[in-house]
Amino acid sequence: MTVATAPVVASDAAEAGSHKNRSRRHPLSAPRPRFSLGRLLPYLALTPFAAYVLIFLAVPTVLAVATGFFTEDGAFTFANITGIFTPTVLGTFWSSFWVSAVTAVAGAIIGALVCYALLGLKPDGVIRTVVNSASSVFAQFGGVMLAFAFIAAIGSQGLITVFLSDRLGINIYENGVWLYQVPGLLLPYLYFQVPLMIITFMPALEGLKVQWAEANATLGGTRFTYWTRIAAPVLAPSFFGTLLLLFANAFSSYATAAALISQGSQIVPLQIRSALRSETVLGRENMAGALALGMIVVMVVVMWGYSVLQTRASRWQR
Amino acid sequence: MFKKRTLGAAAIIAAAAITLSACSSDSSTPAGSTGDIDATTATSAEAFGGVDALVEAAKAEGQLNVIALPDNWANYGAIKALFEEKYGITVNSADPDISSAEEIQAADNLKGQDTAPDVFDLGTAVALASTDYFAPYQVSNWAEIPDENKESTGLWVNDYTGSMSIGYDSNSVPEPTSLEDLLGDDYKGAVALNGDPTQAGAAFAAVGLAAVQSGGTLDDFTPGIEFFGELNKAGNFIPVDATQATIASGETKVVFDWSYNNLAVASTVDGWKVTTLPGAAYTSYYNQAISKDAPHPAAARLWQEFLFSPEAQNLFITGGAYPVTLQAMTDAATVDTDALSAIGELDGELVTPTEEQSEGAATLLASDWAAAIG
Repeated sequence: MTVATAPVVASDAAEAGSHKNRSRRHPLSAPRPRFSLGRLLPYLALTPFAAYVLIFLAVPTVLAVATGFFTEDGAFTFANITGIFTPTVLGTFWSSFWVSAVTAVAGAIIGALVCYALLGLKPDGVIRTVVNSASSVFAQFGGVMLAFAFIAAIGSQGLITVFLSDRLGINIYENGVWLYQVPGLLLPYLYFQVPLMIITFMPALEGLKVQWAEANATLGGTRFTYWTRIAAPVLAPSFFGTLLLLFANAFSSYATAAALISQGSQIVPLQIRSALRSETVLGRENMAGALALGMIVVMVVVMWGYSVLQTRASRWQR
Repeated sequence: MFKKRTLGAAAIIAAAAITLSACSSDSSTPAGSTGDIDATTATSAEAFGGVDALVEAAKAEGQLNVIALPDNWANYGAIKALFEEKYGITVNSADPDISSAEEIQAADNLKGQDTAPDVFDLGTAVALASTDYFAPYQVSNWAEIPDENKESTGLWVNDYTGSMSIGYDSNSVPEPTSLEDLLGDDYKGAVALNGDPTQAGAAFAAVGLAAVQSGGTLDDFTPGIEFFGELNKAGNFIPVDATQATIASGETKVVFDWSYNNLAVASTVDGWKVTTLPGAAYTSYYNQAISKDAPHPAAARLWQEFLFSPEAQNLFITGGAYPVTLQAMTDAATVDTDALSAIGELDGELVTPTEEQSEGAATLLASDWAAAIG
C-alpha cells in the first residue's frame, strides 16, 4: 500500500499545502517572493531520501538492466531479451506470477477476515495487541529462517511429517516431496503474506467511523447495505493497494525460494541466480539483466492494472 | 661522435638505474635469492632460483587466498592445514561453497584488492572458458602429469578426479545395483543430487552418468534427463540440495555425488555407504590455475608445487579422489597404498565429456531439465 498510494498521498499533501499557502501564510496583500529559502526548505529535507533512492535503487537498477542489452564482450545485443521468450523462461515467469497472485489474493482475503474479527475486540485489549505485534514480526520473518522452519516442521524428515506418518499413517509426500517445488512455496509465502495484510489493512478498517453505521441505520439501511454501500467503497482503494503490495512482495521474494527449491530454477529470481552462478551452462551472466527487466515489465503491467482499478474504485471520492 | 656515444651510454645507465630502483623499491626480495624476481610472471620455480627460493619468497608474502575449497571436499581441509603447518603461510579460505563460475566473478570483483583469490580450483568447462584470468606456471614435476591433463604452457592443470558414485543410507534402503533399482518403491522420496545440473558440475555429471548407464553416450544427455524425469514421476526424486546435513538428518537417503564427497560423508555418518554402478564410470578432473592478478603471486606458485607434490596428492587419495600423478607415484612407489586400496582403483570404462559434449549437454539441460523434474 505504501508504494501504491504514495502518489495520491503526496498530491493530497501538496494540494493542502498550496491551499494553506494562499490563504494563511501569504496574505494576498503581501508581495510574493520568487525564491525564498522557506519554500525550498521542504525539498531540501527530501535530499537524504532522494539520494538514498538514487544510489541504492535507481542506479543499481539501471546498471543491472543495462547489462541485459550487452554481450560479455560489451557488444550490443538483443539475444538476452529474445532469450526470455523461450518456453523454459516463460514458464518460470508464469510460475512466479501465479504463486504471487495466489498468495496475494489468499493472503489478502484471510488477512482481511482476521482484521474484521479483530474489529469486534477492544482496541487496546490483549488479543488485539498481541495479534498486532505478532503480525509485525511475522510479516518480516521470511528468507532462509522461514525456509528452515518449514523444513524442520514439514520437510520429508520434519517433526510434523514424521508424526503424521508414524502415528496416524498419513504420508503427506505420497506423490513426491512437493515442499521443494513451486507449490511448496504457497504455505511459506502465506506465512508472511497474511500478517503483512493484517498490519497494513487494519488501520483502514479502524478508520471506519461508527457514525456511518449509525447514519446507515437511521436511514433504514441494513447491515448488508452498510457493508456493500458504505464500507466496501471506502475500503476498496486500500484493499487493492495492499493486494498489490502483497503481490510485489511475493514476486520479488528470493531467499525463501532459494533455500527451498534447488532443482529447476522454477521462478524468475531463481533463474537469475542460475544465470549468474552456473558452472555448467556458461556465458549467461548478462541474461540476468534481461530477466530483471522482464520482472520490472510484469510489475509495471500489474501497477497499471492497479491504477485503472484504483481510478474506478475511488471514483465516488471526487 | 664520441660525445654522442657517451651521452647514449649515460642515458642507458640512467634508465637502467631508474628501472632497477623501481624494481627493488616495490618487490619484497627475499634473502638468499639472486637478483630481482617478478613473481607475477614466473612460469616455474627456476625463475626464483629453485624451489627453496620460491618457498622463501612465499614465506615473505605470508598469506595465500584460496576460494571455493570446502574442508570436506576432496580432503581440502587437511591439505590446507598441512600447507599452513609446513610453510607457516596463512591460508585465507573465502566462500567455500560457491561455484566455479563465481570464483572467476570474485577475481573480477576483487581485482586489485589484497583479498582477491590467488588460486582457482575449477571445473573443466569454466577453466577452458576463463584462460584470460590465468597466469601460466609449470610445477617441478611437470613431466609426471600426462600431456592430455594439462594446458601446454601451464595455464591450467588437471589435478584430481572423482568417479560419479551413489551414496546410500544402508540402514534404511537396500544397495542399488542399477539405475532401474532406484525407480522402485524402496526409494520413495529418497534420491537427491548435489545441486542443479544447470548450475553445478557434480549434478551435471550425475545426469551424464545416468545417460551412459541407460545405454546412451555423452553426445546426448537425453536418456539421463529422461531417467531423472521418471524418477520424479515415481515420487522417488527429492529436489533437495544434498549436503552432509541433509544426509545426516535422513532427508536425502540416496545421493549421486563425486566419490570423494560421498566417502567424506561415509566417515562421519553412520551407515552411509558408497557404491558405483557396474559398467561405465563417469570421471571429470578439477583443475588448478593461478590468478594473473594474484595478490600473493609467490605463495600462489608454491601452492601449486605443494598440491602436485606426492604429499598433497596422497591426501587427495585419502579423501577419496584420484590425483593426476597417480601413475607416476605408483611407478615411483611414493603412493599411499593403504589409502588407495581403501578407495579402490578406478575400473570399468572411464568416460569424460569433451568440451563440445559439455556444451551440447549444457544447452540441452538448460532447455529440458526444469520440465523433466517440474
